[in-house]
Amino acid sequence: MNDLTSLTIATAREGLRKKEFSALELTEAYIAAIEKARILNAYIVETPDKARTMAKASDAKLANGEGGALEGIPLGIKDLYATKGIHTQACSHILDGFKPTYESTVTSNLWRDGAVMLGKLNMDEFAMGSSNETSYYGNVINPWRRKNSNASLVPGGSSGGSASAVAAHICAAATATDTGGSIRQPAAFTGTVGIKPTYGRCSRWGIVAFASSLDQAGPIARDVRDAAIMLRSMASVDPKDTTSVDLPVPDYEKAIGKSINGLRVGIPKEYRADGMSTEIEDLWNRGAQWLKEQGAEIIEISLPHTKYALPAYYIVAPAEASSNLARYDGVRYGLRVPGDDIVDMYENSRAAGFGPEVQRRIMIGTYVLSAGYYDAYYVRAQKIRTLIKRDFEQAWAKVDVVLTPATPSPAFAPGEISDPVQMYLNDIFTVTVNMAGLPGIAVPAGVSNDGLPLGLQLIGKAFDEETLFKTAAAIEQVAGGYQAPKWW
Amino acid sequence: MSVDQATVRRVAKLARIKVKEENVERLADELNSILHWIEQLNEVNVDGVEPMTSVVTVKMKKRKDVVTDGNYPHDVVENAPAAEDDYFLVPKVIE
Repeated sequence: MNDLTSLTIATAREGLRKKEFSALELTEAYIAAIEKARILNAYIVETPDKARTMAKASDAKLANGEGGALEGIPLGIKDLYATKGIHTQACSHILDGFKPTYESTVTSNLWRDGAVMLGKLNMDEFAMGSSNETSYYGNVINPWRRKNSNASLVPGGSSGGSASAVAAHICAAATATDTGGSIRQPAAFTGTVGIKPTYGRCSRWGIVAFASSLDQAGPIARDVRDAAIMLRSMASVDPKDTTSVDLPVPDYEKAIGKSINGLRVGIPKEYRADGMSTEIEDLWNRGAQWLKEQGAEIIEISLPHTKYALPAYYIVAPAEASSNLARYDGVRYGLRVPGDDIVDMYENSRAAGFGPEVQRRIMIGTYVLSAGYYDAYYVRAQKIRTLIKRDFEQAWAKVDVVLTPATPSPAFAPGEISDPVQMYLNDIFTVTVNMAGLPGIAVPAGVSNDGLPLGLQLIGKAFDEETLFKTAAAIEQVAGGYQAPKWW
Repeated sequence: MSVDQATVRRVAKLARIKVKEENVERLADELNSILHWIEQLNEVNVDGVEPMTSVVTVKMKKRKDVVTDGNYPHDVVENAPAAEDDYFLVPKVIE
């Protein structure tokens, strides 16, 4: 067998069942690949010993003809997920040294199904960022570079380590999380597939909270089938998260390859934002054409409150973050910086422990929730959220799925965007989905003039992830896969 | 609505983040630029619109009010920067 790290989950699963190679051999191949790819800074903690122990246990099960849906498959885990006894810091200085005494529900589900943990992946601090430049552990490098250029590019964020690791083949797939676009934007920047499922599909228990009414777990994978395999294991009904919804988890893989004949695909006219680049517009038109050629009906729709989703998000998300992040006080875990009294200690610890973007969002959140401003900002934003959700409810009378670009541009260079609001605009096409609680998938669909991957987004009805997998697979079938040339 | 330097100091105090005096002006500018961008929400007519309380329409789950977990104080304080006999240690708060 040549390079085991080139196998998708689906093909590795076959090879393991047929005993063409062992889970330990597969894991060793990834451990070696991770060591060679350290320049990407995708992993902040490598757990090779744990990986070997888990792989040996998988081999024992496979030898008896047993094993779960992910038996022996090596995965990377975003640092936002609590992993028992292993570094879990949301890539923040304030959680210095934190090693949970418990395991998140999503990772527990993955280990139950036989997956192997390779390590913890880099991310924007507390998942606040769109370029992985806010991590306390430094920038992540995108394996992709512009044509004829050696300059580094960002992998997107906040799940930048997850996207970079999947694109560089230093894990078979990765866990990620999405509050405003943090799965779909980095997937689009790295030529990978990322799905944010419906709010309530995956348990949030044991995932460091950012904005609780928006946060959802999901996978980043190399293709649509692998994303479907991952989501089936990650999703569950969890009594420890009261927002986890009591619905059985379908076998998403079965949706792949199903005909899209007669599928009604909505094209929201409001997404043709002013200044959309020609390459993004062409990508979008081409994607619609591909679906039409496979029998889908393309229908223009209107989502009138689209432009207000992002500013409303920057009230709701910081407000919830300022409340969630109040727990980092230098008492219960992580960093403590001494002070003259207890309040001084709180203030010193939080000033030293949170990076500038996190501080900015806590301040915005504190301001919009403060006395006298609550109605003008927070209540108004939640009303606008009702209107955004209503837009989609009206659209579902006409269409089964909505097609949009995933991002307004391909990957950019570190330092290229320094203005916070300009950075927030990266999520302009993805954030409506979180505000309405809907599922969204990003699938690679072409390359930019500079040779960088570009993604399309599909938005579905609540708990209709199967239509997303079916439709994304139809795009993938025409667009093909995208692999970064190896330079590291 | 514009944020002045006194407001930055007040919000920082509420958020329990120590802000250096030389950073107050920069923070006021940054917050104003974000808040100014957010003000476009005032264009939207929200008369008679209910604020969203739950993004998916489900009945809130309830469970019996009984102890289902716990009794491991050592695990709870395990990650504390300072702890003694399974208690968190903090600077003196009572005179």
